[in-house]
Amino acid sequence: MKKLSSANLITVLLLIVFFISLIVLEQLIAPTDRMNMLLVSLRQGSIFALLAVSMNLLNGFTGLFSLGHAGFMLIGAVTYAIFSIPLAYRDMVYLYYDYVIKVSFPEIFGNLLGGPGMMIGVLISIILAGLVTALIAFLVGLPVLRMRSDYLAIATLGFGEIIRAIIMWQGMGRITNGANPLRMFTRTDSFNITIGGYTFGLITFTLALLSAVGIFIILLLVTSSYGRAFKAIREDEIAAEAMGINLFKHKQLSFCISSFFAGTGGALIAIFMGTVAPIQFRAAMTYEFLLIVVLGGIGSITGSILGAMLFVFASMWWLRGLDSGAFLGLERITIFGVNLGEQVFVSGFRLVVFSVIIMCVVLFFRRGLMGDKELPYYVDKIRSKFKPTPKAGGVDA
Amino acid sequence: MLRIEDLKVNYGGIEAVKGVSLEVPQGEIVTLIGANGAGKSTILRTISGLVKPSGGKVFFNDEEITGLIPYDIVSKGITLVPEGRKVFPDLTVLENLKAGAYLRKDDIKPDIEWVYSLFPRLKERSWQAAGTMSGGEQQMLAVGRALMSKPKLMMMDEPSLGLAPLIVKDIFDIIKTIVAQGVTILLIEQNANMALQTANFAYVLEVGRITMTGQGKELLNNEEVRKAYLG
Repeated sequence: MKKLSSANLITVLLLIVFFISLIVLEQLIAPTDRMNMLLVSLRQGSIFALLAVSMNLLNGFTGLFSLGHAGFMLIGAVTYAIFSIPLAYRDMVYLYYDYVIKVSFPEIFGNLLGGPGMMIGVLISIILAGLVTALIAFLVGLPVLRMRSDYLAIATLGFGEIIRAIIMWQGMGRITNGANPLRMFTRTDSFNITIGGYTFGLITFTLALLSAVGIFIILLLVTSSYGRAFKAIREDEIAAEAMGINLFKHKQLSFCISSFFAGTGGALIAIFMGTVAPIQFRAAMTYEFLLIVVLGGIGSITGSILGAMLFVFASMWWLRGLDSGAFLGLERITIFGVNLGEQVFVSGFRLVVFSVIIMCVVLFFRRGLMGDKELPYYVDKIRSKFKPTPKAGGVDA
Repeated sequence: MLRIEDLKVNYGGIEAVKGVSLEVPQGEIVTLIGANGAGKSTILRTISGLVKPSGGKVFFNDEEITGLIPYDIVSKGITLVPEGRKVFPDLTVLENLKAGAYLRKDDIKPDIEWVYSLFPRLKERSWQAAGTMSGGEQQMLAVGRALMSKPKLMMMDEPSLGLAPLIVKDIFDIIKTIVAQGVTILLIEQNANMALQTANFAYVLEVGRITMTGQGKELLNNEEVRKAYLG
């Protein structure tokens, strides 16, 4: 075990504080409270962080411009849902089809082991969602990864939509319920623990922890020799090949791992949203994650996490008032006979403001908020500002 | 060590290499000189597996390696220093060196130290992004990166390209040092003067064919070579 540098140590401490505060916050904030939006945003933000990081692995670290993320997320979400709807509810979900898959992991393990067993069942379903997604990504990758740059983007974009079309196809209805939403599967409420009549809310913590585990695995991969090979491919394919790096094998590896986490992320999204409707997983969803990756910095994991949090908080919470006619008291102002609250802050205006903010970021932070550096780098930078003599070579090998 | 027999390479109907045979003995510097478009780079790219030949055979230590993929060829001990350096610009110098040792599973620390001792400049810049270094430093890094795979044969594609004469001299001095340490070198150059002075043996390539062979020093004094390449 290598000794952590002080900058890394600070980052780890920050993470621990973050997770403890998640548990505390969840006990303090009642679901009816206005501040509950904070918890909801944190939940969605952490799932989006995992999805953004998995996309960054492909687009940022391996340099494969792939746009099929929404399709892979859908496979994960659908797989999770199918394998976790309790058998008793299946008739209510599959209204127009006779369902074929009669397995529900949370139910099996829940009956076997009681409360904690259900968690194991949920975990198994999530991992299965990732594996199924990775398998399909492997098959898609066989033809697609032989293409480069723009062609790859177009092909993956197409496959993302094809996947959605196949899942919505009537012929698949007995498995995927066709275009109808899947629902009633194991949801976030099941993550709460009741001890002595008092219920501990652990939804936010659990979702954030699951995402964090995924992100940590990707981090380990990126810093390993595989990660170096990925970066070498991104920088120069011919030179990488001349170094003996097997291009196709590594691209396929990166593609499958990225898709595995897209699948698990999709499963978490399903848990978060409560229903899975294939129509939501359109190409537009991929662009949201592309936006997060670019916003945070292509090739920076902590950048993607920060980008995801900012994106979710801004679009779901901070700017919401712009749609509903009340924003920081500005709604009372009338300019040129136009009342801001009634005539400007109407449905859709949030997106206008959001786009302007993104344009500013792209203009003034051309390489994203973090560039291709990670958080410990900035911790070091801030610390060296306060120190009279900055220490040279502070980066950990 | 390396033997090529009647190698032919096509680029979509155009025959770039029209039956070339050459040999690189162990522990020597062999150079291929020739004008633009003579097919020099194509030969190197074919040996390293980046291009598939349309005919002929390549042997390495009496084992046929024709048409193998680059991965297998690098693991047999042949490394290419690509034309125009091609360092990984956004990776640090150290990361570039580690990427060069990608196929090795053993301890690479002593070799990093060895490369740093060959090129002390790289050690100073170990944390710098490779793309921000000067051309000469990048060429040093490209050579160092290739050495990290512990090659038996190192092929260099125009190491003097776009470098100042003084730095070119440095690079060629380093080549001699590397050979003294047991690495065989196949060198391609347009800078015929420098290449012929360094090489033990030389081949002159013209539009896909070998037109002249001989000792480096011998060709340096040859009237035809002087006229065509040395001016």
